[in-house]
Amino acid sequence: MSSLSVADQRRRISSAVMTSLTALCTIMVVGALLIILGYIAIQGIGSLNVRFLIDSPRPVGEGGGIGNAIIGSLVLLSLSSALGLPIGISVGVYLSEIGRGRFAGMIRFIVDTLTGIPSIVTGVFVYAILVLPMKHFSAFAGGIALALIMVPIVARTTEEMLKLVPHSLREGALALGAPQWRVTLGVIIPAAAPGIATGAMLAIARISGETAPLLFTAFGSRFFPTTLNEPIASLTVQIYNYAISPYDEWHAQAWAATLVLMTLILGINIVVRLITRKRF
Amino acid sequence: MSAVADHNKTRTFGTTDWRRLLSPTGNTGDAIFRVLMFLMAMLMVSIVVAKVIALTSDSLMSIRQFGFGFLLGREWNPVKGEFGALPFIYGTVVSSLIALLISVPFSLGIAIFLVEQAPLYIARPVGFLVELLAAIPSVVYGLWGIFVLAPFLRVYVEPFLARWLGWTPFFRGQMTGIGLLTGGIILAIMVTPIISAVVRDVLTAVPGSQREAALALGATKWEMIRVVLVNGAPGIAGAIILGLGRALGETMAVTMVIGNRPDISLSLFEPSYTIASAIANEFTEATDNLYLSALVELGLILFLVTFVVNGMARVLVWNVLRKTGGVGRAA
Repeated sequence: MSSLSVADQRRRISSAVMTSLTALCTIMVVGALLIILGYIAIQGIGSLNVRFLIDSPRPVGEGGGIGNAIIGSLVLLSLSSALGLPIGISVGVYLSEIGRGRFAGMIRFIVDTLTGIPSIVTGVFVYAILVLPMKHFSAFAGGIALALIMVPIVARTTEEMLKLVPHSLREGALALGAPQWRVTLGVIIPAAAPGIATGAMLAIARISGETAPLLFTAFGSRFFPTTLNEPIASLTVQIYNYAISPYDEWHAQAWAATLVLMTLILGINIVVRLITRKRF
Repeated sequence: MSAVADHNKTRTFGTTDWRRLLSPTGNTGDAIFRVLMFLMAMLMVSIVVAKVIALTSDSLMSIRQFGFGFLLGREWNPVKGEFGALPFIYGTVVSSLIALLISVPFSLGIAIFLVEQAPLYIARPVGFLVELLAAIPSVVYGLWGIFVLAPFLRVYVEPFLARWLGWTPFFRGQMTGIGLLTGGIILAIMVTPIISAVVRDVLTAVPGSQREAALALGATKWEMIRVVLVNGAPGIAGAIILGLGRALGETMAVTMVIGNRPDISLSLFEPSYTIASAIANEFTEATDNLYLSALVELGLILFLVTFVVNGMARVLVWNVLRKTGGVGRAA
């Protein structure tokens, strides 16, 4: 190696330094993830018990739980999925199977850009068009806000998945004389179904963590929901309210609720990863 | 001009039949199917239009009262009916810039490591872990920020910064752990997975021939990586702008750690306020119509700015991925 000039040695050293720095960046960021997750697990596990999971909130000093918030979140997720999944998948079908040219390009651009719009703006929007006219917060408004956030995400993943279906499948079905709608609904969508389902699950995971759009649509509640036309509790809003409260007991409950929420979200993400491992 | 009608330009025969008008196959089912899907797509356009209309009409009162002065007004005083957005704009821009300043080197480092260096059996699980950071909800970052990051910054980082950089105007004042710096750091953690995911796509899309050519000319590994970075530069710029868009609108985590005080201060230790956190915090407390209208106007500003920023980012990223035939995986 003595034949290397000083300049060459410097180049090699700087290369080695820079490439190890990239590894260091990666280690630090993964480390941050592990610290955050570890902290949630350690802090959360202490206050977690069956009572906590089924009870509704009580005044400070009397315990209480997040049962109503868990139910509320499930209600909101079902509402928004019922609305957002069909619309999102339809838009994905349009983009992949029907739309051509500039107009479809514009739709794709709008859908993509909508995924980046802050969720709080969606909250303000739903407040303006639903909560103000109805004069009260409601589970409906919350579900619609979440659906609006969900649609563009589902639309884009559906489009990607449909585009992975080989063209020969479309041509084969069309050649047999099937009309386009039957080809799409009967052949193309079933072929892409696992991918579409994964996209849907990831979208559900994403909106289950949303707080900002619920603050002034679903608002929150300290009771179990009875109708969809009244304010409803959710895990995320409950975590927020407890986190900014001055009570240690509520802080502990916020950590425990976070552990529940993270278990749901990480669970979905890991399951999706395991299912799709072979294909991506 | 609708896409449905576009298709039928070439098929002038049978225009009397409504089915042919709507579908090239002339099948009843197809006509209905295509119209339904088209309406769903139009719904996307109408959501954007409805957002602009609803946000504008609900903020008309504030727009009439303050005009463009709203953007430059330094006073936010609901009691006196004075509403100026400058403190929020300042807090939003500065916290986002801090976030990018920290996050961009890390994101580039991660993307380079995962695409150019790590073998696949490391790149896959590690890439997944980095993406998991994006799956953590904003409110959870906020919780962690209040109880872990803020005390850590107050006890260790802020005294250190004040000691060595206290001569600048940026690191002065009371060290509370709650303020612009904490908000920026939380945002940095949150946008890193987003930027690095897009940069990964962009780097993957750079053709292998570029790498081979650089190495064949005797470049070291790092010199080869620099060639790849230059090739993907527009896409990397797009990724950073995408991260900026996310940082500008991030709400819960920032609200929980930034201090929520509408002051403009050079010091990063001082509490601040962002557009998004002002809306989150004060919306349900807005007692009179002008107050509410001013908050909706903040929402309108945030919507317009993030729409433009995101649009720009998409164009930059799409161009790179399209040119090289890459597939967009970016979320």
